[in-house]
Amino acid sequence: MSTQPPSSGTTGKGRWVGQPLRRREESRLVRGHGLFVDDYKLAGMVHLQFVRSPYAHARITHVDTSAAAASPGVLCVLTGEQVAARVNPFIEIGPGCDGKIVDLPMAVGKVRYQGEPVVAIVAETAADAADAADLVEVDYEPLEPVIDGEAAATSKSLLHEPLGSNVNWHSQFEYGEVDAAFRDAAYVVHIPRLHFHRFSSTPLETNVVIATWNLKEDTIHFLSTNSFPAFAVQFLSPALGVRIDQLHMESWDIGGGFGIKITSYPQMAVCALASKQLGGRPVKWVETRTEHMLASAHGNERTFLDTRVALDKNGVITAIDSRHIDDCGAYPRYEPLGCIIWAQVLPACYRFRNFRVDFSQVVTNKCPVGPNRGYSRMQHLWFIERCLDICGHELGIPTDEMRLRNYIRPDEFPYTTPNGCVYDSGNYPKMLELAKRLVNWDEWKKNQQIARAEGRWLGIGIGTTLDSGTNNFGQARIVNAHAPYSGQSKAAIVKLDIYGEVVVFMGSVPQGQGHETVAAQVVAEVLNIPPEMIAVKPGFDSLQNVYTGHTGTYASQFAVTGLSAIHGAAEKLRAELERLAAFALKAERAQLEFGAGKMGPEVRVRGTEKSINYWALANLVNVNNAELPQSMEDITLNCRYLYKAPFTVPDVEKKYGNLTLTYASQLHIAVIEVDRETFQPKILAYAAVDDCGTQINPRIVAGQMHGATAHGIGAAIMETCEYSPEGNMLTATFSDYTPITAVNMPELLCGDIESPSPFSYNGAKGMGEGGAAPVHTVCAALQDALFSTGVLIRDSFHTGDRIFEAVRRAESGADRGVRVERRG
Amino acid sequence: MSAANKRVRIRLTINGASRELEIEPRRLLVELLREDLDLTGTHIGCDTTYCGACTVLLNGRNVKSCTVFAVQADGGEITTVEGLEKDGKLDAVQEAFAECHGLQCGYCTPGFLMSTRALLSRVAHPTDAQIRKGIAGNTCRCTGYQNIFKAVRAAAGGAGK
Repeated sequence: MSTQPPSSGTTGKGRWVGQPLRRREESRLVRGHGLFVDDYKLAGMVHLQFVRSPYAHARITHVDTSAAAASPGVLCVLTGEQVAARVNPFIEIGPGCDGKIVDLPMAVGKVRYQGEPVVAIVAETAADAADAADLVEVDYEPLEPVIDGEAAATSKSLLHEPLGSNVNWHSQFEYGEVDAAFRDAAYVVHIPRLHFHRFSSTPLETNVVIATWNLKEDTIHFLSTNSFPAFAVQFLSPALGVRIDQLHMESWDIGGGFGIKITSYPQMAVCALASKQLGGRPVKWVETRTEHMLASAHGNERTFLDTRVALDKNGVITAIDSRHIDDCGAYPRYEPLGCIIWAQVLPACYRFRNFRVDFSQVVTNKCPVGPNRGYSRMQHLWFIERCLDICGHELGIPTDEMRLRNYIRPDEFPYTTPNGCVYDSGNYPKMLELAKRLVNWDEWKKNQQIARAEGRWLGIGIGTTLDSGTNNFGQARIVNAHAPYSGQSKAAIVKLDIYGEVVVFMGSVPQGQGHETVAAQVVAEVLNIPPEMIAVKPGFDSLQNVYTGHTGTYASQFAVTGLSAIHGAAEKLRAELERLAAFALKAERAQLEFGAGKMGPEVRVRGTEKSINYWALANLVNVNNAELPQSMEDITLNCRYLYKAPFTVPDVEKKYGNLTLTYASQLHIAVIEVDRETFQPKILAYAAVDDCGTQINPRIVAGQMHGATAHGIGAAIMETCEYSPEGNMLTATFSDYTPITAVNMPELLCGDIESPSPFSYNGAKGMGEGGAAPVHTVCAALQDALFSTGVLIRDSFHTGDRIFEAVRRAESGADRGVRVERRG
Repeated sequence: MSAANKRVRIRLTINGASRELEIEPRRLLVELLREDLDLTGTHIGCDTTYCGACTVLLNGRNVKSCTVFAVQADGGEITTVEGLEKDGKLDAVQEAFAECHGLQCGYCTPGFLMSTRALLSRVAHPTDAQIRKGIAGNTCRCTGYQNIFKAVRAAAGGAGK
């Protein structure tokens, strides 16, 4: 079939790597044969339902579960206090929180957000559990809710009294010569307040858990949608008082995640306790959509106050000084990691070297946050983009020109940022040029002149962003010097099974990213056989020994960490096969070539008819091994490889170091018209250019880019986690939250360039998150459309009514929210 | 047991096979499919009839099976995603979605396939506007709809462009 030379050590593209192969996952998914957690029915399985708080902040004065306990089919009822008696509080990542924030799986004493679980009911059927839930009586004494993140810091109403305030974390970051830069500035632009709203990427499948506490083995099996099992076990193990090896974490197909499913461990703990109480019966919990919206996780909300931007006479930004307040909801959980993760992209795509921020994080009576797609970086990137865009408009510099003057230049890569991160590669001007061509920039500029003459509001906006991937967990030390984390790793196993089948076990937890397909491409390249000849185990199973302390799918990294591990394991297997084949064929290793023959995958002596297939090679080790010489005793054909990303621990004092390995970039241009009657924004054209280095499977890359773009457009114009002043979530159903649909999504004009990363073996960069480019881009286009009305785009969320309010405010002569100080 | 919970007998044809079941009147069609018949290809993604992950064909029309009581389907003919493949051959809409990468996590996919099948039964060669309207009741959080547009066009006999 193939007589090509061995491809071992291939970097970049090859016969399989780099090809837009059809995904193998599609085969089962289009048949309805996907195996999602809710599809499992285990013998003896029972169903858990939570009774949740209707209040955002209230004391629990009385709980009566007697009627529920007597309801048909009910097997057990657990109150928050009963659960608290059986678990240790979850660990807190933040410093100084020891005992000050007590995070338990269910509310004890008081509730801190609407939807917080108060009682759990387990019954024979889901309907029995739901019926019984209606019979639970809980009395509450409402407390003053803390909803506004900005006001939380000074509020007398405290969520966690021992903390002494609602400030969960606070620190200063300063790099370069900030004061000198402001002293020398030609312009200083003052922007008192910018605000990035709360939203969630809301996977279509909600959180689901089936927990089985096997009392004979004293092990707990979790079949769940959790997308970061290594993180979950580090929370579950001390909470449940078991060793990590007693926890068996498994998933198969996951119906989307986007980071939101990382923080499902509290519910997992409750299901495990219920299973133990019921003698080991499997306990299933299926989150409803409303529960998901109320109480799973939202993205971080952030307010940027008292911002000053220093610029030189050409409009080049030289310094930014600001104060940021991040709102993490009722419990920190994954936080305060978001208080440092933004620093992966501190200067965004720009050259300024002087930066100061006073950063704090507050708790509020809202749903806890989780690492939502673009986590913490997108809020910061949006802030920098708004600063740049506003400055450009205020100084009268054309929007494209403003970017070109400020971009990091292509010849400056690898580029070390002011805080020690190393941007691996990129070419932002080239992306801008391509996006302008795709969107037909010159034509739209002409149309804009005509539209403006007709009094229409038509704007063209540019958003440039970064998707920093493969995070260095050492950055956790900057938020907590004692955090025992650093680096990044992934494991994989590639083995030859007894009859010579090539089998891959991945250490990732895919949720639709096509890992099975890409893994097969990489192994196919190493062994020079078609990907169809390689079996890849779907999902994740901790018993397969492919996990490390970093195992999970998050932080845009599979193309780097996951594939490096798979590639390393495949290379090890190849080396073992080569040694065996040299022995069996009585040839030198240098004479051998890999490929597929009539008898399947094989190793051949080049230029001869001599060959041995994988079945025979596997047989030599697994079945017929008395023939093997002692020198080959070490060969197992079961090759595990651990990839460790090349990181060092950051300097905690200076808050300096490389926090991420790769930096994919996205540049979008949107043309938007705001209807003068309805104030609805309408996207007329949308171009999206991506650079994620070497693309392993362009079809999958394009799909990820489309999806991230839809999330961003949805977030900018349709999707918000809105709360009333009392703490009622106003968008707790899909009908209120209105996830973007086919009717609202514009057709995208897509393009890409490839700037291979010098830091990954294959030149690839992680690219799953997308950096929320559309949020920046839509805001820039709206700014361009509405600048003449006096509107300053200060928020990240823009429906028709929001725009209406902004225009009315501007027309009333209210403070525009920006001031330009011109020096000399 | 209250009268409301008194079980009733219904008869349905599901993917060509006749079935007779005794169910509570409050049983939703989607629960009947998933729980009583193990047809787990039909999914649940929301609780307000927004997302369409539960879309099936009832007497040839696409319906959201979370918003139909099973008793309402009594005597009806239902096709779920499991009924699309015939004699080991994928339906044109399944083939088009797979070929155009019109899915990622695959959770919404059965619903999209059923809505597309219904759309193409009504309109053999839909315009882009008809395609958008035809799948307006289905939510996908992964694909940004771009490749779904392509897949529907491809299934209708176009090139998927």
